[in-house]
Amino acid sequence: WSVCMYLHPPASNSIKTSKYNFFTFLPLNLFEQFQRIANAYFLFLLILQLIPQISSLPWFTTVVPLVLVLAVSGVKDAIDDFVRFVSLSCTLDFTLHSSLMPSVSVCVQADLLLLSSSEPHSLVYIETAELDGETNLKVKQALTVTAELGEDLQKLTDFNGEVKCEAPNNKLDNFTGTLALRGEKYALDNEKMLLRGCTIRNTEWCFGLVIYAGPDTKLMQNSGRTTFKRTSIDRLMNVLVLMIFAFLALMCLILAIGNGIWESDKGYNFQVYLPWAEDVTSAPLSAFLMFWSYVIILNTVVPISLYVSVEIIRLGNSFYIDWDRKMYYPLNDTPAQARTTTLNEELGQIKYIFSDKTGTLTQNIMCFNKCSINGKSYGDVYDQSGQRIEINENTEKVDFSYNQLADPKFAFYDHSLVEAVKLNDVPTHRFFRLLSLCHTVMPEEKKEGNLVYQAQSPDEGALVTAARNFGFVFRARTPETITVVEMGETKIYKLLAILDFNNVRKRMSVIVRSPEGDLTLYCKGADTILYELLHSSCESLKEETTEHLNEFAGEGLRTLVVAYKNLDEEYFQDWIKRHHEASTALEGREDKLSEIYEEIEKDLMLLGATAIEDKLQDGVPQTIETLAKASIKIWVLTGDKQETAMNIGYSCNLLYDDMADVFVIEGSTSEDVLNELRNARKKMKPDSFLDSDEINIQIEKSSKNPKLLPDEQANGVYGLVINGHSLAYALEGNLELELVRTACMCKVVICCRVTPLQKAQVVELVKKYKKAVTLAIGDGANDVSMIKTAHIGVGISGQEGMQAVLSSDFSFAQFRYLQRLLLVHGRWSYIRMCKFLKYFFYKNFAFTLVHFWYGFFSGFSAQTVYDQWFITLYNLAYTSLPVLGMSLFDQDVDDRWSLLFPQLYVPGQENLYFNKTVFIKCMLQGIYSSLILFFIPYGAMYNTMRSDGKAIADYQSFALMAQTCLLIVVSVQIGLDTSYWTVVNQFFIWGSLSVYFAITFTMYSDGMYLILPASFPFVGTARNTLSQPNVWLAIFLSIALCVLPVVGFRFLKALLRPTASDKVRRNFSNARPHRCKRLRRTSTRRSGYAFSHQHGFGALIMSGRNMRPKSPFATTGTFSPNSDKYKHKGL
Amino acid sequence: GGGAVKTRKPDNTAFKQQRLPAWQPILTAGTVLPAFFIIGLIFIPIGIGIFVTSNNIREYEIDYTGIEPSSPCNKCLNVSWDSTPPCTCTINFTLEHSFESNVFMYYGLSNFYQNHRRYVKSRDDSQLNGDNSSLLNPSKECEPYRTNEDKPIAPCGAIANSMFNDTLELYHVENDTRTAITLIKKGIAWWTDKNVKFRNPTGDGNNLTALFQGTTKPVNWPKPVYMLDSEPDNNGFINEDFIVWMRTAALPTFRKLYRLIERKSNLQPTLQAGKYSLDITYNYPVHSFDGRKRMILSTISWMGGKNPFLGIAYITVGSICFFLGVVLLIIHHKYGNRNTSADIPN
Repeated sequence: WSVCMYLHPPASNSIKTSKYNFFTFLPLNLFEQFQRIANAYFLFLLILQLIPQISSLPWFTTVVPLVLVLAVSGVKDAIDDFVRFVSLSCTLDFTLHSSLMPSVSVCVQADLLLLSSSEPHSLVYIETAELDGETNLKVKQALTVTAELGEDLQKLTDFNGEVKCEAPNNKLDNFTGTLALRGEKYALDNEKMLLRGCTIRNTEWCFGLVIYAGPDTKLMQNSGRTTFKRTSIDRLMNVLVLMIFAFLALMCLILAIGNGIWESDKGYNFQVYLPWAEDVTSAPLSAFLMFWSYVIILNTVVPISLYVSVEIIRLGNSFYIDWDRKMYYPLNDTPAQARTTTLNEELGQIKYIFSDKTGTLTQNIMCFNKCSINGKSYGDVYDQSGQRIEINENTEKVDFSYNQLADPKFAFYDHSLVEAVKLNDVPTHRFFRLLSLCHTVMPEEKKEGNLVYQAQSPDEGALVTAARNFGFVFRARTPETITVVEMGETKIYKLLAILDFNNVRKRMSVIVRSPEGDLTLYCKGADTILYELLHSSCESLKEETTEHLNEFAGEGLRTLVVAYKNLDEEYFQDWIKRHHEASTALEGREDKLSEIYEEIEKDLMLLGATAIEDKLQDGVPQTIETLAKASIKIWVLTGDKQETAMNIGYSCNLLYDDMADVFVIEGSTSEDVLNELRNARKKMKPDSFLDSDEINIQIEKSSKNPKLLPDEQANGVYGLVINGHSLAYALEGNLELELVRTACMCKVVICCRVTPLQKAQVVELVKKYKKAVTLAIGDGANDVSMIKTAHIGVGISGQEGMQAVLSSDFSFAQFRYLQRLLLVHGRWSYIRMCKFLKYFFYKNFAFTLVHFWYGFFSGFSAQTVYDQWFITLYNLAYTSLPVLGMSLFDQDVDDRWSLLFPQLYVPGQENLYFNKTVFIKCMLQGIYSSLILFFIPYGAMYNTMRSDGKAIADYQSFALMAQTCLLIVVSVQIGLDTSYWTVVNQFFIWGSLSVYFAITFTMYSDGMYLILPASFPFVGTARNTLSQPNVWLAIFLSIALCVLPVVGFRFLKALLRPTASDKVRRNFSNARPHRCKRLRRTSTRRSGYAFSHQHGFGALIMSGRNMRPKSPFATTGTFSPNSDKYKHKGL
Repeated sequence: GGGAVKTRKPDNTAFKQQRLPAWQPILTAGTVLPAFFIIGLIFIPIGIGIFVTSNNIREYEIDYTGIEPSSPCNKCLNVSWDSTPPCTCTINFTLEHSFESNVFMYYGLSNFYQNHRRYVKSRDDSQLNGDNSSLLNPSKECEPYRTNEDKPIAPCGAIANSMFNDTLELYHVENDTRTAITLIKKGIAWWTDKNVKFRNPTGDGNNLTALFQGTTKPVNWPKPVYMLDSEPDNNGFINEDFIVWMRTAALPTFRKLYRLIERKSNLQPTLQAGKYSLDITYNYPVHSFDGRKRMILSTISWMGGKNPFLGIAYITVGSICFFLGVVLLIIHHKYGNRNTSADIPN
């Protein structure tokens, strides 16, 4: 373990996500493929066909399709795997080398023990958004002994110690170990660890020792196993295939029994003309063999090309996702990508979406958006007539060019605020002075004028940046001073105390002495807290400010109230003494401190309020609204704080005031959580506690095995917010049922402070108890586990981290593309797949069952009705392209209508288009068609003649007639199923029919016969039979009888019980959809506050531990805009 | 280079954006109802036409198996393949109506499973096509009729072995004088069968006896294949009776064309009403498996032989279509406007 990072072989940090290598591919892939029941079954069939006594069809009828199927799926798997392999190895190579010397911001790729860093006291600032979704900056500090190593490579390579640590585990917030160095032992904890997935910020360099690498890292331990995902249709297909096997066995049994009876009754006597086969000595033996012969003949009910066709359709529909321009994000040149090509139709069945917050719903950018100063609100833009106008890219920004130190990225639109600043409005100046003084931000100025703030929370950063732009530039700080450039004039304030933030106080204050000698306390905090501390003279201002606060909250902004207080010198001296005593107290320091803080933070003078926008990704509220209309339930799982998460919930329309209630589960014992959950459920559905409730009965009955729970309907719209620590209890054995019942009744569930593993557990929970398809969407490494767990994982691409994208099934750049992915691509894929399966099973039933009826007329001898070539080519050549065409091009309504009527999505969730009932219907239709297809040719040929007097009822003519009827009937049927006839569909359908006739005439031609008489015995049949009028009369009759009932039924169904899609098609097919403009939501909810951390950096700042040697620019005296201009001139 | 900025933006083609122009038919009352009526209106006249045509066809059928003790052929019921002299019997019958156009004479077998899988494949098409190597080394499919006494059978297989070999002769009886009716034995097989599928082996000269040297006759046959007929172009594998037999039937009850009776003059019907007698050389045993043998005389029409099924089926389907059209129309009238309103919330 005493391996320094240099010596660590990089290869071992790679993570195996590819399934195969060059040598294992063939056996593994074949093994995997034969695990599919169907493929194994075809292998079995092939073996059967090689037994001469049983073989009723030549071997090539099975081998040709089987090899084709295996080859196509094998190649596809290989490509999938290769793509995955290549994309992963690239990122790893890149990151491993750069993590040695992090310059600005670098992603850590292994779990490191921090040895030393460029920062004072070997501090390292990291961001853990990738890891736990938290957005604030965190500090890690190296051991003093290792910090001495510095950046001396020699010392580092000679570093020889021994680290003992616990085995790799998934606890992100815990690490215990010891470092033995030169005979001394040092305790190691999480404070010295840089975990894989975190980003190093504002640190020039740091050195670390790799503790865990590759799959051992805490991140990877959290990200769950890569499992092979299957869609519900896949699973249904396996069940159906089993059902078909049973049906097949039944048919074969009937036919075998029939054969036994026939052989003992007729066949025995018919031996004068047809002796029994050599080894067959009795009717039962013949029946036994015939059972297997019929298995071969009727095997086409389980169509061999089913799986390969399904794969092709999914692949095609995946390409549409890759190609969609409306899911392409031009800003970072990212198109959508279907990384897994086997899950498409599942996109049309999503019922639960589990979304990450940071980076997915929000941009993780905080903007100083509005403020209220001394009763006047700033931030809105009005036109000449006094109408408020919407801010967009074209709105004129405020020009901050007068301020050399302004941050060019900062945008503000209300010019009146700048005017107020320029007019030296006292409250406005005080307001911005407060913002530039009251915070714990660290400045960095490597190049003159190029200020970078290291903010512990992005909100604070936004506030300080705002003050900076308006002319109150926070320039530098020492433990005792804060340097601010106020309107071009450098002022150094004496920092006397920081009354730091914590979760109970919900406010922070600083006490400073201005250069003029004034003592002032500046305070910012949550409105609820601060309003209690105001001086009574602020009553009227308080009212006005409250009004503004409501307005800000209504727009989903995060608000803070700011206030100040001028302090009396004597009182302060007394206070600071007591403060010092308290802060050095050995017992109850925390309590004593907060007591003394409270004492001074009162009778404050209200200054105003700030409003910060946690910028949502574009179109998030609209997308959420559309998805909600499609009855998709959205759960937000975030590592962030409850307040932040709820705030985002409100601002993106997940939570709203019209909701009947929003339950907050924050109990810290198992019983508390249980009670909170029960109370919530009692309120939503009191009936659900009755013994007569069907779910209670069901749970009672199957107390051991978890069973799928049906959906419960609440008596209103509810939301649920649950905290990470409560969730930990709720996910334990006996509570999870309670959790899932309560949570699934709510329209929206927000889980905060959850670990990556918990995210996966929540998804797993819903998967376990609900028969629903789940989708997880996220952007960071902390979302990997849930992305892998959910049925569908979606990664937000185009940002720094690639972990989420790499383990996702689909990726795109913006959350809003989700609605198009689900409502358009998903819906179409689902409908196409269902239509495909319906038709596919139908056509094979109709095809195969004709053999069954023929058995009764051919002595149950496993004689096929059709030519063996027709049997080989039916699924491969004659009927594959039209159905593929339909499955690749069909759309019932176009994309605009799909998005406009999200309720069109619901049938997919309910799995209405393809399920067992639908399958039985297909089967019955197939049976009906096969009856028609056998008995109409039978009737048309029975005891009759051709128009030239020759017999027509020979086997070959009958075969040709039956197969032609069949092919035309199934072609008409596909025409009926196709609702979107493109050129390609026309070409495929007419082409397949033409190909059938062309191939038939070719194979039945003299030339082919003369080359291979044994393989093409049907010579002349096509010419002689298809010229007969009654053959065509029979064909038309069969078509009419097979198709007209379907047409009538569909017409009646659309007439009497129209589906949503029927209505849209009928009523709007000619209209152009237009979107009505959405109204702005109104909410009166007062939003959270801007602090996103538990403990501030206050202590760190006051102790000076994180201070660099003095910044070279901060104390260069005056540095005003004017002097700056002068400087420029001089240059 | 080219200077063009490479972008991953997908192409804006109708295909990739799924905007291909398309025809989107919907099943509306305007299309479905007329379809039903039109199909009904087309099918019913066709059905009537077929039915009338079929009814105008003259057909006469005699079962000469001889099951009933009274039947003249009863004595031959248990005949065996190699009985000599052959059993003969004569059946007299009367045609009530005259047969005006060409008459076709068929033999029909019932309960005869020519479509049994093992039967169907028990042949060697290469041998029948005149391939010399197959002639001497027939396919394994022919077992157990592949060789006899170590000599290859030509033609091999169960189909050939069980070839129908009754001889039927037809006489017109007028005033106790029997006039033989000319039965034409050529032109009863498909042209493709006679000229492409079936060929005699080739070799030096045209002597079939020499060409079939080294083979033996099928077990059941009284004489070898090269003695089926005296005419060289109807002998050997290209004997038309043989070819007709080798075209196996699809169903256990079937007819095969036996002879043609051509209309001699325009003035006289081919077969006038009156008394006839059928002389049967009864060689073919069917009683052991409950088989039946029939002789059929039939004229034909543009659509073939007598077949009431198609006509009735067309009339029935046509009527049902029409009726369904009416029912759907009523339903549409009653409920049609109820659900078409746009009750999809916006």
